Amino acid sequence: MSKPARSIETRHHEERDAFFAGLRRMSRRSFLRLAGLSAGLAMAKRLVPPHSFQLVEVAGAAETGKPPFTFAYISDTHLYPARLNDRFVRAILKAVDDVNSLDPPPDFVLFGGDLAQLGQREELDLGHEILKGVKVPVRMMVGEHDWFFDMGEHWRALFGPEQYSFDYKGVHFVTLMSVQEKDFWTERGMTPMQRMQTVAGLDNGLQSRFEVGAAGREWLTKDLEKVDKKTPVGVFSHSPLYKYYRPWNFWTEDADDVQAILRPFEHVTVLHGHTHQLLTNRIDNIYFHGMLSTAWPWPYAPEGLPKLTIQQNRADPFDQFDGCGDGSVELTESGLANALYNLWDRNPVTVRASYLASSGAQDAPPRTKLPSY
Amino acid sequence: MTPRRSLILLALFPLGAGAVVLAQSRARGDRHPAPPSSSGNIVVALCDGETTAEIAGVKEGETPTSAQAREVADRLMTAWRQKNPAARWEEVPVRLAQAERTGDAPQGEAGGMPAGAQGEVQGGHTYGAFSERDQHIWAAETNKFVREGRRVFHDAKALGSTIAVSCDMCHPDGANTHPETYPKFQVQLGRVALLRDMINWCIQNPTRGKPLVEDDPRLKAIEAYILAQRKGTPLEYGKH
Repeated sequence: MSKPARSIETRHHEERDAFFAGLRRMSRRSFLRLAGLSAGLAMAKRLVPPHSFQLVEVAGAAETGKPPFTFAYISDTHLYPARLNDRFVRAILKAVDDVNSLDPPPDFVLFGGDLAQLGQREELDLGHEILKGVKVPVRMMVGEHDWFFDMGEHWRALFGPEQYSFDYKGVHFVTLMSVQEKDFWTERGMTPMQRMQTVAGLDNGLQSRFEVGAAGREWLTKDLEKVDKKTPVGVFSHSPLYKYYRPWNFWTEDADDVQAILRPFEHVTVLHGHTHQLLTNRIDNIYFHGMLSTAWPWPYAPEGLPKLTIQQNRADPFDQFDGCGDGSVELTESGLANALYNLWDRNPVTVRASYLASSGAQDAPPRTKLPSY
Repeated sequence: MTPRRSLILLALFPLGAGAVVLAQSRARGDRHPAPPSSSGNIVVALCDGETTAEIAGVKEGETPTSAQAREVADRLMTAWRQKNPAARWEEVPVRLAQAERTGDAPQGEAGGMPAGAQGEVQGGHTYGAFSERDQHIWAAETNKFVREGRRVFHDAKALGSTIAVSCDMCHPDGANTHPETYPKFQVQLGRVALLRDMINWCIQNPTRGKPLVEDDPRLKAIEAYILAQRKGTPLEYGKH
């Protein structure tokens, strides 16, 4: 079979990608030499202005030697059994299509927790099957909806331990189990299903607040002991690792202690689920991005919204996928993360690391047209 | 004890419901028999079967005043809490409690004169001649209605969802339902809509149920719950 014909655009992008890939392998000195040479050549050939990607300042990349990369995420799918609710199933399938059609493909896909709605075997199995359709490796995180029916038993059987870490292209990633809750069920004589349904509601006030817990924090401390403080750290947690709105558990009770463990590191990026909305925060060296849900968007809480958050527009109730979506995260050479919110049926929104680094002075995402009531 | 809690106990006491039972010495079949008072006063027992208190000056067979009833209920509750300092006492949900509170009386400047210096109040007609107790009962009734709305709002089956989706899944505490903006032109419907039209729309679409008829008690209750969540928000009909 002959090679398919490639368009001018395709060839241009291939050429461009090859050029940048080459630059990343280069020292700053040779980059400058090449840049000067190419500019000189261009001038000599009276090509004005020089070719668009000759003089781009990506020399920082060459210096740190950390290749930039991208990973995608799917989060908060809240699956019921397919015969009961097909809409949530169609939504996760749409997200799987999204991440599979990214070009170039992401290095891996993070699943942000709450695969199931009520922690049922059938729901988790369904999610497990669907996620097999993702073409790149999937990193799993657990959410409270996956956990509180059998306290994580079936989830662990399918996906392994709920806390783990890994190193990838110069970044140390940690996945936390941040949705532990103090026992509120024994005293009340709740069945596992009652416990699960209580946790599944946001506004019931009966359940305890989320926490990483003493054991989890100890594990984290130990895990980070061997990590150089200059190494960029990526943390995946289901709940936001800060205090946003307590009544809805947009909250981690021991967030202050967890932040203290993360404080010595130069760059920490936390990616969390649970809040189903575009959510941005920065606490000193820690940058936080909330993930979108595929199932439904949550409204912004009546108080406590972090100052740096630019709200996503109100969801259109007449569009079943509006306000939902998935996303990807681009790790730059310096280990900082740009978060892209792929809002279905809307323009995507990117929250850049430079926006957070400058405390909102630079690169602000587009402002909100329809804020929450 | 907070005024709110005594208010609830007071409401329960005359109705004979809830935790406090009148245990008279002749009541043989009572589950919580209380020791008779040597002075013949009414003895009231708490539902723990142990704590008792007398209503001074009220003999068996007489009816205590509401103030006496409140006083004994408060006393029992205080005793119970002292005995059980670690026990978890379910507070009334804050949201509902907000709806219970009556606002401060207007102070004149908004229109009309303040009350006379002697504090005289117009009287002599039955309309408006209600007591504090009446207001408590009405507030309790209203809150019962709101609570029923809360139940339906949180119960996919009750509202008729065929896909196990309930209102609270997108609207915790009724958030983002903005009842104060109705009626308004609902662009997607191409007509002016009331809050109930949108409730029904949501029941039909995201929850895939059948729309409720306009006088369905569930629809009324959901409306009551949503409105109760927005107490104090200025009305802004037509807002987008």
